[in-house]
Amino acid sequence: MHNSIAPESGGPTERPPKRRTRLREVTVRFAGDSGDGIQVTGSQFTSVTAMAGNDLATFPDFPAEIRAPAGSLPGVSGFQIQFSSSDIYTPGDQANVLVAFNPAALRTNLKNLVPNGTLFVNKDEFTDKNLERAGYASNPLGDGSLAGYRLIEIPMTSLTVKALESVAALSHKERERSRNFFALGLVCWLYNRPLAPIERWIHKKFGDTPGIEEGNKKALHAGYNYGDTTELLQVAYEVPPARLRPGLYKNISGTVGLAYGLLTAAQKAGLKLIYCGYPITPASDLLHELSLYKNFGAITMQAEDEIASMNAAIGASFAGALGVTATSGPGMALKSEAINLAVMTELPVVIVDVQRAGPSTGMPTKTEQADLLFAILGRPSESPLPVLAPSSVADCFSTALEAVRIAVRYMTPVIVLADLYLVFGSEPWLIPDPDSIAPIEIEPRRNLGHAAGNGAYRSYARDPKTLARPWVPAGTPGFEHRIGGLEKSQLYGDVSYDPDNHDAMVKLRAEKIERIAQDYPPQDVYGAPEGQLLVIGWGSTFGPIRTAVEQLLESGLSVGHLHLRHLHPLPADLGGILSRYRKILVPENNLGQLRLLLRGRYLADVLGYNRVTGQPFSVRELREEFLRHLNGS
Amino acid sequence: MRWCPGCGDYSILNATTQAFAQLGIPREKFVIVSGIGCSSRLPYYVNTYGFHGIHGRAPAIATGVALANPELHVWVVTGDGDALSIGGNHFIHTLRRNVNLKILLFDNRIYGLTKGQYSPTSEFGKINKSAPYGTLERPVDPIALALAAGATFVARSVDIYQKHLAEVLRKAAQHRGTAFIHIFQNCYVYNDNAFTEFADKDVRDERNVDLEHGRPVLFGKNRDKGIRLDGMRPEVVTLGNGVTEKDVLTYDTRSLTLAHIFAQMAPPAFPMPIGILHQEERPPYEELVYGQLAAVREAKGAGDLRALFRSGETWEVRG
Repeated sequence: MHNSIAPESGGPTERPPKRRTRLREVTVRFAGDSGDGIQVTGSQFTSVTAMAGNDLATFPDFPAEIRAPAGSLPGVSGFQIQFSSSDIYTPGDQANVLVAFNPAALRTNLKNLVPNGTLFVNKDEFTDKNLERAGYASNPLGDGSLAGYRLIEIPMTSLTVKALESVAALSHKERERSRNFFALGLVCWLYNRPLAPIERWIHKKFGDTPGIEEGNKKALHAGYNYGDTTELLQVAYEVPPARLRPGLYKNISGTVGLAYGLLTAAQKAGLKLIYCGYPITPASDLLHELSLYKNFGAITMQAEDEIASMNAAIGASFAGALGVTATSGPGMALKSEAINLAVMTELPVVIVDVQRAGPSTGMPTKTEQADLLFAILGRPSESPLPVLAPSSVADCFSTALEAVRIAVRYMTPVIVLADLYLVFGSEPWLIPDPDSIAPIEIEPRRNLGHAAGNGAYRSYARDPKTLARPWVPAGTPGFEHRIGGLEKSQLYGDVSYDPDNHDAMVKLRAEKIERIAQDYPPQDVYGAPEGQLLVIGWGSTFGPIRTAVEQLLESGLSVGHLHLRHLHPLPADLGGILSRYRKILVPENNLGQLRLLLRGRYLADVLGYNRVTGQPFSVRELREEFLRHLNGS
Repeated sequence: MRWCPGCGDYSILNATTQAFAQLGIPREKFVIVSGIGCSSRLPYYVNTYGFHGIHGRAPAIATGVALANPELHVWVVTGDGDALSIGGNHFIHTLRRNVNLKILLFDNRIYGLTKGQYSPTSEFGKINKSAPYGTLERPVDPIALALAAGATFVARSVDIYQKHLAEVLRKAAQHRGTAFIHIFQNCYVYNDNAFTEFADKDVRDERNVDLEHGRPVLFGKNRDKGIRLDGMRPEVVTLGNGVTEKDVLTYDTRSLTLAHIFAQMAPPAFPMPIGILHQEERPPYEELVYGQLAAVREAKGAGDLRALFRSGETWEVRG
């Protein structure tokens, strides 16, 4: 395998082995044209990094266009991974290493590289034409503008073509296309990653086109060997395995976490899972994922629109199945009328809102958490329902499970507020034992509705503890009843326009949802249990908040972090916790939605840190903000 | 009941319960799903499972019910505004999928519950509350739309044709897949006598043609008139003077072409076609869905969470 590539200076023979330096954590970013295979490169590097035992977090950053013009700025696709020998919660603020496949990628991603960071560029792509497309007046490789970085120029395309000369089945163009595997091989060398798992994947993916399989494998090795032999790189790195909780792990995305959670919940409840969705970024992947599991009996239906998918999920629940749907902002707007129907008919449905940057079409491939008020309040009239938010990729699994538990126990639609950052990001997941997950009881409430001496079924009789009504699937003999969107009489569920009945029903629906909080575990504050500053977050901001708080605690400062999964109803013990701190700060990727709720509910002077950039918070900005509050009076 | 006295909905309810009774299916197996509008109150008046949904969405709700339990007999009750205006998209896609639903469209060519606005089937130029100077919209033809959407059973009847309607509903119940029944329904308050031109007792025989598969297309009190095809153009002929039954078209419900030709016929030039305009065999959606589940389970084995969680690349962290 050696010597397939001539290093730029001198031969590979008689050289001393290169030094390996230990690092605690590293962030690597790949950036190139959206057609360059950046996401493949990133996810394969992630896979071997996970197997090496590091803790890691990844985040893809890609454009909405499938294929923007080659070499253009809008067409740049990125993938960032942080890996570490200790616990980490984010894909890293800035990269230590940036691999830029072309000038446009360099131009849009250089801001993500730390000062003095290592910058690999594919020199071959820095042509006049590509420089012009990227808006460079002069070539940054020659004009000194990159002096603040460790610039390593490698002619990746031509080295790849040369390494693939012997692969007769490939055209020149096809040989060029393997250059992302050259880059992957190089980075694998840099961090001492094995190539075998990647080769297995290449075989699986390209096995039926042997020329491409061989080409990609050769390019991978060529990149690795190049690292080993080039004079440009004197040091390779070693990030020792992290001390994670013992057990079996695999790397999953938030989407997979949600899908596994829903499948598990359906099995634990003994219910048929019926998922109805309509394609929308970034929620479509959940439809794709669940449509794989037909052997689990999971039914997926691609409906004609968002409205139909919500209504079909309701119909499925009426007939005794677990109706689920997922969408993103614009789809939530379309579903809200039907969500209100589920509120009125008190049927269990799980609605996943994978938040993205809005309003309207907004930035469909960028993240945000600005649907909170919409989820809780964004329906006409008094329409209470529970809202939960997962805080990490792994938490997507358990939040989906809890959403189903609440839906069937309280007979209510439940909204799960995920976001793009969570569903596209990936993390190691400690694989649970399915037998250790508690069953979801479908409570036998149907007899609740039988009144002595009266034949009609009381479909709105209520369980005294949960206020849930009976769930009798259509088709059950002797329990025939009719439900719908019109107001119900309190017991029988007949249509009622009675003023006092309506007032009572509005209050009953609200009270039922409030009672969900009786099942929450006590809230768990991380760090200081009282004192100067409590940071409250929800959703995907967990990673950067927790990391910033950890760093401040390490430097001896006193700060607490509370991360809420239950956004409606709020936990009963929250008020007491708030009163133990002088300052409460809520960082959010919105203009202060949770802050508004906390202020309204607890009359507390809650402060906010609000940036809505389409990108997750950086640890550094949060640490500085927290410090500012700690240093203030 | 909350329908106006004299409403055509009463007759349709009668025919429906009559058809249900003849089917020999236990009541709990029926689910009637409706949208919003006068017709959509029907589920409250039948002692089965019922779901009074939201405007236009009944086919989507019903699809969810049918997917969850294919053993159920799911009937959708809708109106011209509900199915063809606000719910037009669901109507089209439900027919295309061939979900095992029976869709009863009560067409009174007016919005009744909201008190008299024009509907998507109101005739061009109609004077009404939201178009005091006449509507400027061409009506949609529900039959042609259903055919274009790929419906596997398309039929028509009239509210007051009790026997005919009950018979059409009975046949619809036996059809596998979506059965679409277009029912002319008189709104006594906002669009009275909308169908008198052909549905009135005195003219009924002369102005309707009841289509039957494999039978010559004849009509008239004495069955002395028929439809003949001149190329692709239908024409009304009277038997006698050299014209015999042999010259008259024999109806074939399997022919989509004939269905399209008859969908366009209407008085005064032609009799109003009623009965089954089109029927074809195609597996219902739920059957395909469950068939695919079974096939994948057969190929992969029943799903196992433990195996799923451990699939792909995993690694062990030791304590």
